[in-house]
Amino acid sequence: MGLTEPTEGSVSINGFDPARDPLRVKSLVAYLPDNVGFYQDMSGLANLRYTAALNGLPPEIAEKRIQNALAKVELTKAAERKVGEYSRGMRQRLGIADLLVKDPPLIIMDEPTLGIDPEGIRELLELIKELAREDNRTIIISSHLLQQVQKICDQVGIFVKGKMIASGTIDQLGNQLLAGQKLKLELIAEPQDEGLYKLCQSFDAVLELKKEDQILTLMCAEDIRPQLAQKIVTAGYKLLHLHLRGFSLDDIYQRYFQREEGNYEQGRDAEAKPSRT
Amino acid sequence: MSKVAMPKLNLQELNNLLQANRGLAAVVKKEVSDHLSGKRFLILTLLVVAACLASLYIAATSIRTAAASQESSFVFLRLFTTAGANLPFSFTSFVSFLGPLLGLIMGFDAISGERDRGTLSRVLSQPIYRDALINGKFIAGVIVLAIVIFGLGFLTGGMGLIIFGVPPTLDELLRILAYLALSVVYISFWLALSLLFSIVFRQTTTSALAGIALWLFFSLFAIFLVGMIADAVCPITDSNNLEQVMANARLHQGLSKLSPNTLYDEATVTMLNPSVRALGVVMLEQIYGAIDAPLSFGQSILLIWPHLVGLIAATLICFAAAYFIFMRQEIRA
Repeated sequence: MGLTEPTEGSVSINGFDPARDPLRVKSLVAYLPDNVGFYQDMSGLANLRYTAALNGLPPEIAEKRIQNALAKVELTKAAERKVGEYSRGMRQRLGIADLLVKDPPLIIMDEPTLGIDPEGIRELLELIKELAREDNRTIIISSHLLQQVQKICDQVGIFVKGKMIASGTIDQLGNQLLAGQKLKLELIAEPQDEGLYKLCQSFDAVLELKKEDQILTLMCAEDIRPQLAQKIVTAGYKLLHLHLRGFSLDDIYQRYFQREEGNYEQGRDAEAKPSRT
Repeated sequence: MSKVAMPKLNLQELNNLLQANRGLAAVVKKEVSDHLSGKRFLILTLLVVAACLASLYIAATSIRTAAASQESSFVFLRLFTTAGANLPFSFTSFVSFLGPLLGLIMGFDAISGERDRGTLSRVLSQPIYRDALINGKFIAGVIVLAIVIFGLGFLTGGMGLIIFGVPPTLDELLRILAYLALSVVYISFWLALSLLFSIVFRQTTTSALAGIALWLFFSLFAIFLVGMIADAVCPITDSNNLEQVMANARLHQGLSKLSPNTLYDEATVTMLNPSVRALGVVMLEQIYGAIDAPLSFGQSILLIWPHLVGLIAATLICFAAAYFIFMRQEIRA
């Protein structure tokens, strides 16, 4: 992006080398930093106009794109206000409008949801999803908030100590990681009694059974959820919760860390959406 | 085949040239409007305007006696150079003293401020070269400076015209224009310097302090320091010894010309005081027999040409250093 000098190695974006052809790359890629900065004493509109001018957009196209972008992030009303008065969420949304004005096929976001209230996060994630799905863009997000990443990402890569140690879809990662390992099932059913335990142990696949308060934890050789659920219900128990552990990104992430023991600087999850080559 | 290829190549070159300056106009436009609408700039300009009006007042009260005491003409130029008895300030000394401050204040947070607010990474990730940003900021600064300096000069000139009713001759007008242009160059040097500091220092306050420290050094302490060094290197043990006195004076002059302040002040004096015939050590025998008449405009320009080149060179060195550091700098937060 022309922000940092390479120390070694090479990068290629659509066949362009950022070190040799920075302008081509810069016009293909947009970047939303985690605490996106705008000129405080200019209005949101003026900030976007500056971006458009830097991109060399002709005024008519620029105005049109700016209005569309503002409408999309619901900032049309606040457009004339100075950015200094904006809340963090609004600034972040303005950041996305900024990306839309540039309209690149590849977007890089760094911790887009940091420091925003839950409702704001939900809206922002929706918006990001829309950008990727509707306009068929590639979006790369780097984030520590794994649950959010899991919600919106198609592909994840896990970085430990600056090296990508795993990448793929979340299911792929889970399978890859858990292949040959015991599966952990969480079960809550009522009433919890001896009959239930016996019922669970009647499966050959169940190797071990543990009780923790309300939750029964079953270590299984394979995924027996469908059969187990059916059996529990037909036996007259009320099935309240049945969950296969190990397939949430949080779990995957943790496992990788345990594997890469020792100190790590920063773990990051990068993700790409419907990507084109 | 080659006939077809030729224009294509030229088009490509033209395209490259345009690409290199992409976004420059946008940056210049934004920076100029930022400067002009900023409160900081307003305050400083008001300060400079007030100083100039004060100097005009001083000149108005004492110019008659000054003009009468010396039989020379060039009354209009005295408007800029005359200092009063109770207030030892003229227009030129105000500009020479406050001008650097104007340049420093316009540039000290140019880059570090953008970095603090997080706008730098966003702006630079747009399809422009880094050059465009720094060039744009410098050009915008120079444009604004030129507006202020020429505005002030003409304001003072106009007021003087009203008060005294003495129209300037062509020679005087040219001298004033040259002086104002010189001032813009001089203040641009300080602008380039503060731009450099704003890139080198991550903290805005550090950059401002560094600029002000250097300004104070050049305008106050450099004079003493130069004298001390000259006396230490070439001490005068016998004031009748011509060799010693000359060596000392030469070193003194040479060293003090390293300071942009000295360059500017000497150039100003030459420009606005046509009777200044030489800068530097002059022997009595060289003056002996010379006709005491004012120099023509062209001759004065010739006299200060090295100064002007020196100032421009100093500006360019600062700017080039800023450029070099900025090109390789890590921008990521």
